[in-house]
Amino acid sequence: MPHSQLRIVIVGHVDHGKSTLIGRLLNDTGSLPDGKVDQVREMSRKRGMPFEWAFVMDALQAERDQGITIDTTQIHFKTKQRPYVIIDAPGHTEFLKNMVTGASQADAALLVIDADEGALEQSRRHAFLLHLLGVRQVAVVVNKMDKVEFSSRRYEVVAQEIKDYLAELGLQPKAVIPVSARNGDNIVTRSKQADWYLGPTVIEQLDAFRPQQTSPDQPLRFPLQDVYKPDDRRILAGRIESGRLRVGDTLHFSPTGASAKVVSIEAWNHPETVLSAQAGQSIGITLDKRIFAERGHIAHHQSDAPTLAHRLSVRLFWLVSDPLVVGKTYTLKIATAEHRVTVEQVTAVINVEDLSSTPGKAVRRNEVAEVVLRSRSPIALDLASDLPRTGRGALIDGNDVVGGCLVVEIEDSAAANITEVSHTVSLEERAQANGHKGGVIWLTGLSGAGKSTLAMALERALFDRGWQTFVLDGDNVRNGLNAGLGFSADDRAENIRRVAETAKLFADAGMVVIASLISPLKADRARARVIGGERFHEVHVAANLATCEERDPKGLYKKARAGEIAEFTGISAPYEAPDQPELVIDTDALSRSEALAQLLDYVDETLGKNSLKSEKELTYVI
Amino acid sequence: MSADLDQLENQSIYILREAYNRIDKLAMLWSIGKDSNALLWLCRKAFFGRIPFPVVQLDTAMELPEVYEFRDRITKEWDLDLKVEQCPPEEEMDQTLPPLTRAAARKTEGLKNLLRDHAYQGVMVGIRRDEQATRAKERVFSPRSLEGDWDVKDQPAEFWDHYKTRFPEGVHVRIHPLLAWTELDIWRYSQREGIPIVPLYFAKDGKRYRSLGEKNITFPVDSTASTIDEIIAELQVTRVPERAGRAMDNESEDSFERLRSVGYM
Repeated sequence: MPHSQLRIVIVGHVDHGKSTLIGRLLNDTGSLPDGKVDQVREMSRKRGMPFEWAFVMDALQAERDQGITIDTTQIHFKTKQRPYVIIDAPGHTEFLKNMVTGASQADAALLVIDADEGALEQSRRHAFLLHLLGVRQVAVVVNKMDKVEFSSRRYEVVAQEIKDYLAELGLQPKAVIPVSARNGDNIVTRSKQADWYLGPTVIEQLDAFRPQQTSPDQPLRFPLQDVYKPDDRRILAGRIESGRLRVGDTLHFSPTGASAKVVSIEAWNHPETVLSAQAGQSIGITLDKRIFAERGHIAHHQSDAPTLAHRLSVRLFWLVSDPLVVGKTYTLKIATAEHRVTVEQVTAVINVEDLSSTPGKAVRRNEVAEVVLRSRSPIALDLASDLPRTGRGALIDGNDVVGGCLVVEIEDSAAANITEVSHTVSLEERAQANGHKGGVIWLTGLSGAGKSTLAMALERALFDRGWQTFVLDGDNVRNGLNAGLGFSADDRAENIRRVAETAKLFADAGMVVIASLISPLKADRARARVIGGERFHEVHVAANLATCEERDPKGLYKKARAGEIAEFTGISAPYEAPDQPELVIDTDALSRSEALAQLLDYVDETLGKNSLKSEKELTYVI
Repeated sequence: MSADLDQLENQSIYILREAYNRIDKLAMLWSIGKDSNALLWLCRKAFFGRIPFPVVQLDTAMELPEVYEFRDRITKEWDLDLKVEQCPPEEEMDQTLPPLTRAAARKTEGLKNLLRDHAYQGVMVGIRRDEQATRAKERVFSPRSLEGDWDVKDQPAEFWDHYKTRFPEGVHVRIHPLLAWTELDIWRYSQREGIPIVPLYFAKDGKRYRSLGEKNITFPVDSTASTIDEIIAELQVTRVPERAGRAMDNESEDSFERLRSVGYM
């Protein structure tokens, strides 16, 4: 017998008999521990009820008294074929998030419908959620056939109705089984009373389901979970969500565009060298060079990249009482990446009864809808229909997961599907004409370290030599390009990203851009470096905090000390000094002109005339 | 044939890495039983040999001597950052609890003290869904109030491996990387990987411990299984529940549930 379990979710309307069905399955397959039946008999007797199979599952006191199943429960049992885990999903309306929790783990689903009542609103909602959650193997159990005297006509009516509904969702049930869970008809033993039914029993159908497979033949998606440095190794850790990677592969990372070769697949307590890994495996790899890569980035092969999107349509389910509203911003988590997204439009709220839809302004608890989301930063993702694991995500509001969604449409983004036009004027030609290369001189340091002074002095000196140059000053850009951004961590990161992108464009045009920003965080500067590529030069304008505070050219330290400015770098927020900047200028030790001279020397050396002659390979494509 | 063990292992490693990345101050509870030994092993795999957080034993001074011996040996061999938290005495427990359940509640109080004194935001616990009906209802990331209360009626949604990792002040999270494993899986995995096991699990004179707990409230069950192979064979046919030898579970209909709702593991 194989050991691998099949995970089954049992869904359906409240009171249609899910727990009873499970109690029966456990008993009839001989899976109940000794004494359990006696325990259930005793519980039933105490409550003055006939023998109640549902008590097997309803192990909690609260549930026994309320008579409904509150939370999803997992129970293990075996048939002759293989072991199973059954996930009982509650039918009560307000417990949708438990149902989603249960059903999302399933390989296959049983949808339980009362023969007398037929498919009710809950039955349809659950069927719709199975479709949304990606559960493709479904069988319908028409329960309580004893209540309709095992009428084949009644069965046909109920069966046809649910088949029609499922067909509209693109789901075809593997079987529609008439049962009486209470009496054990068609669970393990074939029903004598429903002798007109020739299809499989519940157990036969379960054994016919297949486990969900992850295919290693799909495009590679390896989202990073973390980066570890257990010793001198730098290990990128994560789980391969699709495809396969091998030692020696060149990996590309989205959304940064960085790339590097896989040197090793690391494994602890593993005697043989690992040469390849595939979908489903939690692994760690090392690369041939130190690139900027962090949690959330997705590694892939060059030929099959995920799309970079700023705007996407999703089909979503909403789990909480605070409705989703147009204009509100949430966190969208896809694989391990988190992005701030704003709801641009509620295209359609879907009525699960008849699958009709209406546009709206909000999506309420338990509703499903199609919604357009917009993100400031590019999101690396796939269509759910292509690669489900990188094409679906959770929506988070504050501390809570509030909904889930499938990506159904992706709009072109500035970075993605735009075919970049090749300039007929090459970088080299521009450099030759200007007499210097373009580049980004990124000045980072505490407020008062002397960045602005140095930036303006450098601009003047280069201009006077006939260079093409311009200063992007942190304060100045906030009035125009970045007006509207505040000082939250997200906004600061975005501020830096925009300056970096702008600086890169200027540098591409052949100019020497001097960017002067405190840019206190390593991660933000690392992103700027990724954007600027080879033309990015990090210069740490360094001075002691005490010196800066004494200089205090804008009077900001005084305000920060008085508590008038929150999160002021150096006082109430950290400054992370660069580890390996291209240049450090110590303004404590150097005079203004000494500092300028040192900076000019560096710029001249790396971007000036001499750098042009020595380099032939300046023809890289923009 | 152990593709299913690979799958479980990969999933647990994924959970461990999520916890380590998302939760600021983390510790792992080590009961020295077979499940938390397997969890330690998985931690070593996930983090490439070195476990990057402390391993805590909630000690009632009532464990069997073999357990302490094993603890000290493994701590040394695996270079664990072990912290032993002494649990408060039984007299300080809720006196309305049945006597054996009261003895078990000492660990709950020890855990509360640990959380209060060290401000851990997350603790990893090696419980499994198939052990006990109330544990079956657990989430992988399960938030608790400061008092350790578990609100079983209002648990966070958990789907597609997106876990709840953000919490208001005063809430800690229990992380359950072994939730999807069965007792049999743990034994098959321990055998495959060669994970060390406390010898009390192997039958001596017709009895063995199937689940390890304090000596005053845990009893060996009838068994002749004296090797892992024999244990695996025994589990494939037995209908005796795993925790049959844990007296406090069986003291009254809801004793284990009462323990858990106020913070037991």
